[in-house]
Amino acid sequence: MNFEAIKVIYSAEMARTRRTLLQSVVSPVISTSLYFIVFGTAIGSRIDDIGGVSYGAFITPGLIMLTLLTQCISNGSFGIYFPKFTGTIYEVLSAPIALTEILIGYVGAAATKGLIVGTIILATATFFVDISIAHPFMMILFFVLTAVTFSLFGFMIGVWARDFEQLNLIPMLVVPPLTFLGGSFYSIDMLPPFWQTVSHFNPVLYLVSGFRWSFFQIADVNPMVSLVMVSGFLAVCLATLAWMFRTGYKLKN
Amino acid sequence: MAPIVSIRDLTKTYANGFKALKGVNLDIERGEILALLGPNGAGKTTLISIVCGIVNPSGGEVLVDGHDVVKDFRVTRSLIGLVPQELTTDQFETVWNTVRFSRGLHGCKPDPVYIEKILRELSLWDKRDNMMRQLSGGMKRRVLIAKALAYEPRILFLDEPTAGVDVNLRKDMWKVVERLRAAGVTIILTTHYIEEAEEIADRVGVINGGELLLVEDKNTLMKKLGRKQLILELAEPIDTVPTGLADLGLELNGSRNRLVYDYDADKEHAIAAVLSRMVKEGIHFRDLSTRQSSLEDIFVALVGEKA
Repeated sequence: MNFEAIKVIYSAEMARTRRTLLQSVVSPVISTSLYFIVFGTAIGSRIDDIGGVSYGAFITPGLIMLTLLTQCISNGSFGIYFPKFTGTIYEVLSAPIALTEILIGYVGAAATKGLIVGTIILATATFFVDISIAHPFMMILFFVLTAVTFSLFGFMIGVWARDFEQLNLIPMLVVPPLTFLGGSFYSIDMLPPFWQTVSHFNPVLYLVSGFRWSFFQIADVNPMVSLVMVSGFLAVCLATLAWMFRTGYKLKN
Repeated sequence: MAPIVSIRDLTKTYANGFKALKGVNLDIERGEILALLGPNGAGKTTLISIVCGIVNPSGGEVLVDGHDVVKDFRVTRSLIGLVPQELTTDQFETVWNTVRFSRGLHGCKPDPVYIEKILRELSLWDKRDNMMRQLSGGMKRRVLIAKALAYEPRILFLDEPTAGVDVNLRKDMWKVVERLRAAGVTIILTTHYIEEAEEIADRVGVINGGELLLVEDKNTLMKKLGRKQLILELAEPIDTVPTGLADLGLELNGSRNRLVYDYDADKEHAIAAVLSRMVKEGIHFRDLSTRQSSLEDIFVALVGEKA
């Protein structure tokens, strides 16, 4: 294992975050705070409690997940697309490193950034609503697993994307509907039966439900099922990336 | 001693069907400077990219110091340095950081003293805190060289290193190349500037259309393929080449006042014979000159034949 390589990739990626602090950290925090003000405080005060939890608190785990997903996908995809775009990828490809080092470096940094932003949002949320965490260990597990999984997913998009349009296609067009319809702002019990069934095909439902359960012990699906689904998606991403690197897909051909 | 790079039947067909390499065989000796010549699109960069691990080969095998570049990539890639043709840099990174990054990427522990030495050698020390986007093209090229040297490779690939660089940088670069050669580093460079190859290379390889047309010791190549010409300016025009000289294959020009004699570069004694026979035939000349074909002429002739 080439630890020096992991160290330099990780620190170079984190240095990029420091250079773009406004865009990477401040902007997602501001936009999430706006959600809290509008949905949590303004509209939320007129909505009944869900499962004994005030609406403002109910949407907090979902909002954190929404930001975490978006941030991790964008960090993960940009981290590898940028060197591909500028051509500096030659250096990574010709270095004595394997997929493992590349992933720990790039995806590790992307996930770290996502986790930092997620933590700041969680801290911000406490200014607006009362938050209690019933299962801190499970909460951290869901938090970290989701960050890593979606940073990997972003990395895959970065390898696949041919241009900036493709790079933004999935984060802009696919992720928002999945998160909004994944029960971030409501419990799927509120949906007609047909749409409840459809919701179960949405991977984000399992993330939000499991994450919310770790806070309030209320869930749309069994938290263990959530855990299995997230781990399964992680495994799929890893396997796909291993295939991409073995065949040199879009990188070495 | 076994060659440091051994390439066997190497082929590459890109996804769009383009055959960039059609079975290349090449041994690169330890410590030599090998110049690869060839027109644009000949396959030079593809060849280098496969050895460095940037492009997957379609067939064949490349061994670096006895290790397969695909299976034992960790060993081979830690021996190889690459200065790419394109000026590809992270525009928002400083010179110091980007060079340090390259060193770490190749698994070397940080060594600020060594990096300072390289930056000074390439006249980059004053620019160490500048961002890449603030540098001129020539400076960026220097940084790319510094990046490749940062991890002390044993084999260095220079892909068109002097494309678009000024005289000073060329001089600095050849100084570095000399130092590396003295330290036993094997250097492979591709170039369009044939005089450059003629000047610094030990051996010359010519690639065209994905095939290696030849690899030869530079001096042998010059001797073998190099032609010399003896040009005689005649004192008086003549109508035809005298029959007594017909066997020499002399050429008379349009104004009938110049004779040109073609001969092999390694048959220098031929001139004396020609001159004495001309005197016998009563042809006088007022001036004479000889001209040797350059590597460029050889290259053009070789590539032209295949085209």
